[in-house]
Amino acid sequence: MKAYLSAIFTILWKDFLLEVRTKEVVTPILVFVFLVIITFNFAFEPTPALLAVVSAGTLWVSFTFAGVLGLNRTFAMEKEKGGLDGLLLTPVSRDALYFGKLLSAFFFMLAIEFVMLPVFGILFNLPLFLPSLWLLTVLTTLGFAAVGTVFSAMAVNMRAREVLLPVLFFPIVLPVIIAAVESTSAIFAGAGAGRAEDWSEFARWLQLTAAFDAVFLVVSAALFQFVVQE
Amino acid sequence: MVTPTHDGTGAAAIEARGLTKAFHTQSVLRGLDFTLPWGACLSLFGANGSGKTTLVRTLATLTRHDSGTLRIASLDPARQATEVRQTIGVLTHQTFLYDHLTGLENLHFYGRMYGVPAMDTRIVELARALDFERYMSRRVHTLSHGMQKRIGLARALLHRPRLLLLDEPETGLDQHAIGILERLLKDHCAQGGSVFLTTHNVEKGLTMADHVAILVDGRIAYYQPRALVTPADFRSLYIRVAGVPV
Repeated sequence: MKAYLSAIFTILWKDFLLEVRTKEVVTPILVFVFLVIITFNFAFEPTPALLAVVSAGTLWVSFTFAGVLGLNRTFAMEKEKGGLDGLLLTPVSRDALYFGKLLSAFFFMLAIEFVMLPVFGILFNLPLFLPSLWLLTVLTTLGFAAVGTVFSAMAVNMRAREVLLPVLFFPIVLPVIIAAVESTSAIFAGAGAGRAEDWSEFARWLQLTAAFDAVFLVVSAALFQFVVQE
Repeated sequence: MVTPTHDGTGAAAIEARGLTKAFHTQSVLRGLDFTLPWGACLSLFGANGSGKTTLVRTLATLTRHDSGTLRIASLDPARQATEVRQTIGVLTHQTFLYDHLTGLENLHFYGRMYGVPAMDTRIVELARALDFERYMSRRVHTLSHGMQKRIGLARALLHRPRLLLLDEPETGLDQHAIGILERLLKDHCAQGGSVFLTTHNVEKGLTMADHVAILVDGRIAYYQPRALVTPADFRSLYIRVAGVPV
């Protein structure tokens, strides 16, 4: 178990170090998300009535596309100099490799989202700290990264991976994105009206997201070995 | 064709029987048979497209063969892949190093993944043996190809593998580094380890090996002890067997 965890955190450490050195994932995606949010902010008049309907969609569209960009880079960095083969040659179980890469993608996406959520709050005139939204973001990102890590490993050897990854991946991850939009709408509706969110509506979608995460963490970890085997 | 046999001193480093591999409808390995005993170095020659790289990838557990039997150190790569990976050290055309990490960080990363004990001592030992100590703290993308290859070789040797699988290891190395490589491989075999290498360089391939083989269209067409061939004989033999100059 110690060796298993050590392998996972070694991959995470390596990816973190590479990101600090290259700034190829977080920085460009932060700029992308910021531009998307700014554009939507100018496109819509942020009235309280419109907020709940439009801003939830705006938020998750920008996070979803940012996530795909990040996932593409996560495995592309392994492709250079045959790093993926180097990883596959190590005497580490495939699911440990999967969890290592999953955690990298998860933390990179979460870092971007946690920087952008307050910016989004300021631009759309929402409270800066909504604990339920932050919890939802963590769970949604986990589900997104769980499925996305397998699909980006699958797409890494394809020529048009930037195009193919979203095409393959979005249909699977759609339930978690819909759940995120619906629960965010419930949160923003409450925040716009100056009251707490509709808890039962929020909890229903949150349960779906948590169930999605649990199922796809197990399924994706089991599938990963078949995806990377020639 | 001579069918190589086991040396009788226990399980061989590699035993392949009737090994086949196809990508879609394209057969790459077609019933390949050979045995590499412990303590021996085999140089495999073959034209481009003869299946050398696929064979190395199959032995390295990166590609799964379609049929036939393969044993690495008596282990079945299909069912005991993790144990096989602990036994082998692999160097291909790719160094498997991360460009934006230093040589030292790369070796630390792989050392942790392999669970290498006394890792710092082992890294210093390899850096001295392969003569790249001065370059260890430089990022890999700032190093020459030859220096990257030396660090890649150190990565392959880091966990003290008993079997080395090397795909054209001399490519990109200068004479000094090739001399180091030859000495390392000789020492490795003298200590009971085995080396399987592919090459196009007749002189180097014959110098390092004590068995030579020629791969033609996915089959071992020639396999003999090194002592039975000279470089000049081998060149004409190669043309006869493979149909093209080496």
